[in-house]
Order: sequence, then C-alpha cells, then structure tokens
Amino acid sequence: MAGPEPERRPDETALSPARTYVAAWAALLFFLGLTILVAKVRVAPLGAAANLLIATVKAGLVLTFFMHLGSEGKFLKIMLSVAVGALTLLIMLTFSDVLFRR
Amino acid sequence: MTEPLAPRTEPPFWVNTGRRRGLAAWMMSTDHKRIGIMYLVALLLFFSVGVFFGFLMRLNLLSPGAFIKAQTYNELFTMHGLIQIFLFIIPGVPVAFGNFFLPILIGAQDVAFPRLNRLSWWLYVTGAVIVLLSLVIEGKPPDTGWTFYAPYSIRTPANLSLAVFGVFVLGFSSILTGLNFVVTIHRLRARGMGWFRMPAFCWTLYATGWVQMLATPVLAITLVFIILSRVFGVGFFDPTRGGDPILFEHLFWAYSHPAVYIMLLPAMGIISEVVPVFSRKSLYGYVPVALSAIGIAVIGYAVWGHHMFTSGMSDTARVIFSFLTFLVAVPSGVKVFNWVSTLYKGSIKLDAPLIFALSFIFLFSIGGMTGLIIGSLAPNLHVHGTYFIVGHFHYVMFGGAGFAILTALHYWFPKMTGRMYNERRAKLGWLFLFVGFQFLYFSMFILGYKGMPRRYFDYPPEFRTLNIVSTVGSWILISGLIIIAANLLRSLRHGPTAPRDPWGGKTLEWRIPSPPAAENFRTPPVITDGPYDYGPE
Amino acid sequence: MDEPETGPGGGGAGPEPIDELGKRTGMWFFLFTELLFFGGMFLLYSIYRYKFAADFHRAAADESLALGSINTGILLTSSLAMALAIAAVRRGEIRRSIRWQRTTIWLGVVFLVIKGLEWGGKIARGIYPNGPTLLTLKNGEIIFFGLYFTMTGLHALHVLIGIAVIAFMVRFTKRGVVGPGRYARLENTGLYWHFVDIVWIYLFPLFYLIT
Repeated sequence: MAGPEPERRPDETALSPARTYVAAWAALLFFLGLTILVAKVRVAPLGAAANLLIATVKAGLVLTFFMHLGSEGKFLKIMLSVAVGALTLLIMLTFSDVLFRR
Repeated sequence: MTEPLAPRTEPPFWVNTGRRRGLAAWMMSTDHKRIGIMYLVALLLFFSVGVFFGFLMRLNLLSPGAFIKAQTYNELFTMHGLIQIFLFIIPGVPVAFGNFFLPILIGAQDVAFPRLNRLSWWLYVTGAVIVLLSLVIEGKPPDTGWTFYAPYSIRTPANLSLAVFGVFVLGFSSILTGLNFVVTIHRLRARGMGWFRMPAFCWTLYATGWVQMLATPVLAITLVFIILSRVFGVGFFDPTRGGDPILFEHLFWAYSHPAVYIMLLPAMGIISEVVPVFSRKSLYGYVPVALSAIGIAVIGYAVWGHHMFTSGMSDTARVIFSFLTFLVAVPSGVKVFNWVSTLYKGSIKLDAPLIFALSFIFLFSIGGMTGLIIGSLAPNLHVHGTYFIVGHFHYVMFGGAGFAILTALHYWFPKMTGRMYNERRAKLGWLFLFVGFQFLYFSMFILGYKGMPRRYFDYPPEFRTLNIVSTVGSWILISGLIIIAANLLRSLRHGPTAPRDPWGGKTLEWRIPSPPAAENFRTPPVITDGPYDYGPE
Repeated sequence: MDEPETGPGGGGAGPEPIDELGKRTGMWFFLFTELLFFGGMFLLYSIYRYKFAADFHRAAADESLALGSINTGILLTSSLAMALAIAAVRRGEIRRSIRWQRTTIWLGVVFLVIKGLEWGGKIARGIYPNGPTLLTLKNGEIIFFGLYFTMTGLHALHVLIGIAVIAFMVRFTKRGVVGPGRYARLENTGLYWHFVDIVWIYLFPLFYLIT
C-alpha cells in the first residue's frame, strides 16, 4: 500500500487493508471446499440444507467484507432484511399451496 | 413557514431557457416538472384509447346476439386491460403528480436522480409503443386477457411475445421511478422536514416506491419465462413437460396484486391532501394515516392468492390468503375513517376537487367492501370469473384511483398551468361521470351475482336488461369524461389567471408561483411545522 | 430512520455537493430489485425441486463438479480483485486499481468461457430446451435443465453486462473521472459485481451439488 490512509468522510464505507480482503477470500475458498466435501459425503435433505447454510455464510462474507455492509447505516441493513424477507414470504406462501395439495 | 412571497420574476418552467428548442427541449429534459407533464399527457391519451375499447365492448354487449366476433372480443378486452392497467393506472398518479410535486412538497429542486428519471420516461414511451405495436402489426393482437395465463399464453399464435416484452420494458420504467422517489424522500427533504412533517401524499409515494421495487421484478422474470417458453419451449408451465400452470398464477399475481396498491396508495395520498384543504382542518390522525400506507404495502404483498381461490390451490393456502386479505382492509379502513373524521366539523368548501375526493371515498368504500365478499372463500366460488369481479375492480380502480387522478387534475390544475378551470362545467362533468359510473358498474354486481361470466362476447337473454343499463351507463359516463376534458382543455387557453394559492393550501407547492419556475425554490425552504396547520380547531 | 439528517438537497445557487451516500443507496436498492428478479427463478426451482426430487438428483449428474467448482473459485477471486481495485483507487493508487479492474474483467471472461463450454457440451448432446435428447427424459429432468439454462443464462448475461461496465470504469479511471475523491461509480460497479457473485454462490449448490 502506497501513501497514508485517506481520511474517511462520514458518508463513506470502510476502507480495509488488503490483507482483510485476502483473508475474506481465503475464508470463502475454505467454505467452497467445505461445501464440496459435504456434497460428496451426504446427499440426503440434510446435505442440501447444510450446503444452503454454507452458501449463506459465503454470501455473508461477501456482504460484510467486500460490500462493506457492516459500515453502512442501520437503515440499509434493515431494508436488505426487508427485501430478503419479501422473497422468503413469496416462497413460503407459495409452498403453503404446493406442500398441502391433496 | 418560508420567506415572504415576492411577485413572479422568473418565467414558467415550460419556457425554454437553454440551448434546446421544441420537442428536444422536452424529451431531453431532466426537469421533474416537464417529465411529469409529458407523462400526464401520455397517460390521458392512452386512457382515452382504453376507454374507446371499453366503449366497443359495451356496445357489443348491449343486447344478446353479438356483432363482434368472439376472437375480436378477446383481443378487445385484452388490449383494454393492458392499456388501462400498464399504460395508464399503474404509472398513473406517481409518474404524473408524483414527478411534478414530490420534490416541491419536500422542498427540493428535483428528484435524487434526474437523469434516471428521464430514462424512466423514455422506457415508458418505448414500452407503451411496443405494447401498442402488438395491436397493429401483422398477426393477431394479444387475446389472452391482460393476465397472460399459461398454458394458453404459451400457445396462442397472437403477437404475445411482443406485448409481453413491452410490459417488461414498462416494468423497468416503474422500478426506476420507485427507486428514484424512495431515495429522494430519504435524502432531499428540506431542513426541518422530519418524516412526520412530510405531507401524507409523500408517505404514500414512499410506500409505493418500495412496492414498485420489490414486486415488479417478480413480474419481470415471469414475463421472461413466457417469452422463453414461447421462443425456446422451456416448459415451466406446460403440464405435458411437468410444469404447473398454477405456478404461473402464483408468480403473476405475486406482482399483480401489489400492483393494485401501486395504483391505489398514491391515489389515497391525493385524497389525504385534498380533504384537509377543503375542510380547512388538519388531517385527522396524521400519524396513523402515514403509517397505514406502510401497512397496506406490507400486508398487500402477501394476499395475492385471493385471485386463485378456484384454481386448485391447497385448502391451507386458501385459508391463509383469505385471512390476510381481510387483514389488509384494516389499514385501508384507517384511512377512510380519518378522512371522514377530518371532514367532521370542518369548514367545507364543495369545490370540484373535494367533490371528486368525496366520490373516491364513496366509490372506494363500495369497491373495498365487495372485495371483502370476494375475499371470503365460499362466496368466491360463486362470483369468481363473473361480472361481480369486474364491478369490484372497476369500483376500486376507476372509482378509486381514476377519480383520484381527476381530483388531482382539478386540485393542481391552477398550480401546473397558472389558470383556473370553470367550476360549473367541472361539476356538470362530474355529475354525468358519477351517474353513468353507477349504471355502468353497479349493474355488474347484480349480473355477476346472477351468474353472468366475464370475458364472454355474448350472453343468454335473461341478462338482457341489466346489460342495457350498463351499456347506457357507459355512454353517460363517457359524456361526463368528455365534458371534464373539454373544460380542462378550454381552460388551458381561456381560463382566468390563477393566483398562487387559490385553495388556501398549507403545503409547499402553494408558496411558489403558479406555474412554478424552472427552479422550484429561490432559497431552500426551512420547515418549522406540519403540513396541515390550519390553526386551533 | 437512522441516517444523516438530510442530504444536500433544496439548494439554490452554487454547485451541488455530490451525494455519495444517496448514489450508493440507490445502487443497493437496485440490487434489491435484482434480488427479487433472480428470486422468482429461485422460487420456481425450490417448488420443482420439491416436486421432482429424484429427477433433479438424476439430472444433476450431468453437471461437471470440477468445472462448477473452478468457476465458483474464479468468481470469488474476481470479487477479491474488484474489492482491491476500489481500495486502490481510494488510496490514490491509480495504476494498481486499473490492474485489478482488468484482472476482474479477465476472470469474468474465463468464467463465461467455461460456462460456454458447459453449455456447448450439453447442446451437442441434444440436451437443451426442446432438444431431441431432452424430450426423451423424464418431466422432472426436463424442468431441471430448463431451470439450468434459464438461471445460468440470465446470470451469465449479468456477468457480461458487468464486464462491459467495468471496462468503462477502466477508461474512467484512466481519464481521472474516477479518482480518490470521486469513486462512487466504481464502488457501485463493485456492488453490482459482488451481487452477481452472490447469485452464483447460491446457484452452485443448487445445480452442482445435489447429485
């Protein structure tokens, strides 16, 4: 890294040192390996759930370290939850139909 | 509230001051006021086309023994629905009055992303042209109904992919407008205008913006599925390939129900602005009214299954959706009660804007209550697919959102044009419109209850009388629309000059000249009190 | 609502300060719409996976776990490159930023090439919508491949658009339009790219890890 760290204005997101990004990337690759292992070891519904969970962890890493969601205001995090909640609601209500058909 | 008012020194916003001239000065403009006017003109033009198609449909149904062929009739009601819904009423209040007035109401110079706003306008024109093209180019116009149900929408030889693509483009326009408005409200409110000092209309635009952002993309992907199915044979909704047509309905209505709240919420916002002004009384229960907009948006997102009670969903789903449908009536009721409470003991001035607003309250209430009937599982079995439904949604969409547009047109006519319309002619037009409306649409409740199916090009003789009543009603209604339009058009040129604040309104648009200059505020306003401060009650 | 009082709105004379937070907020909102757009596809996938569990398992055997894993690694690395590119610009390291942006582009291109190879392999064997081999398969398998082409296809389209936008950013960075104090465009491009990465993070287990 050349030069001093620039001052962060209140509107700006976090500016992490390179090693933070690389560490996040390494964690992502680790979870990638883990998810492949889980798939090879067990296929049953539990495996699928575990892999979706790992995918969510990976998404969380990207959101936190690459997209700097952690240094954004509370409002943005709430609205992200609202958007995810909307999608979840869509899927759940549709399943309330498909799951219970005779 | 703001600095003392000086006489007008700047020309109106429609005078060109830059390099561009003529059409380019408008089509390339990023000024929210010009964009709002252009949208308004386009909306009213498309509305007239849609009315014409409706007129033809009713003419065909005047007596048993149709003179329009079945196929043509299918195309008529499809195009009537597509135009009125996607080209008129969904863009509706937000693109015309939201664009023109949102920045002014919050004390800003423009929206957050003016160039994105211009893109939204261009996308709207493009999408509308594409949809209308599907009507006139070689091949049959779409004939699936505006709801595009699979599998017929996949198999029909009509110009469906084109129309669907047009709607896709329109949807993109809608998403960007909603995004723009939400960021605008977050970032550009004037100093001192906290969230709960914002006019109620802005709250509804805010809630609507979120619905536009979170619901429209679901329609977008569904439309993509239709095109992929037609062009590439991807059989998601094809039973012979394992597909489930009901899934299409889920995806379609997951947007199209929230869409009715895109139509309705800003319309309710208009009423919340007009009723206090013409009662000279503060809006009763401002906070519940504001929050009810959010409530309607949130609950309204979860009720779409009530369009599918007879399609084959599980009983569990039907009960859940019916329950949620009843729940969404609560915040709507909050608004109605608060408007009526505002009127109570107010100093009522029965000018055209208030007459249209009162009509909204009356007609929307009828529409809403019939919605509760339809939202109940057992009655739904009888009235689904009948004229009862057609009556219901015309009461809420036309009697509701449509009348709100007329309210806004008259309320803000002096502000946008600098002229006053003729009050007597406005009331005369209203009378024809209102009377015609009842004949046209109330008869549909009875027809539907008696069993007349919708989207049918002909009917047995037992339904004859009510159909005559309905068709004659359409003629009276159209006369009313013509009188209203003629009055406004004439007043554009010959109406007396309007003062800055003809109605005694307290919101920010009444502090600036009629019409506004290109720059909304010479100095940014500083807000020190709420938007409906009429003094002690 | 918890954010700065208001942005720099309602100004009269004088240049408007740029509302960086507003632009970034707008980009996040756009990503929410993209979430719902892809979400509709995920909804279809989840329903049909429930209905045709066995067929999906069988059809997924056609996927190459190796290629899918490599592609996932490529996109994850491209996100790293993008993050480093933005950090470099904020520190004034223009040339380094351009190098990282170009790296992102190249990784994206490799991703698309591998995807194209996968698609080509399937198409050559008659496995594509309305393809001869596909129509002989069971209904659930037909739906699986329909979802595969649709979802990876729309995802690839977004990767392509992202590559084009980053290419523009390289030009902007070279010309100084994007710089240490004015990097909102690049940051927003990064947000978009990371989102496309997240979509793939979910697509990978759904298509490659269920057999």
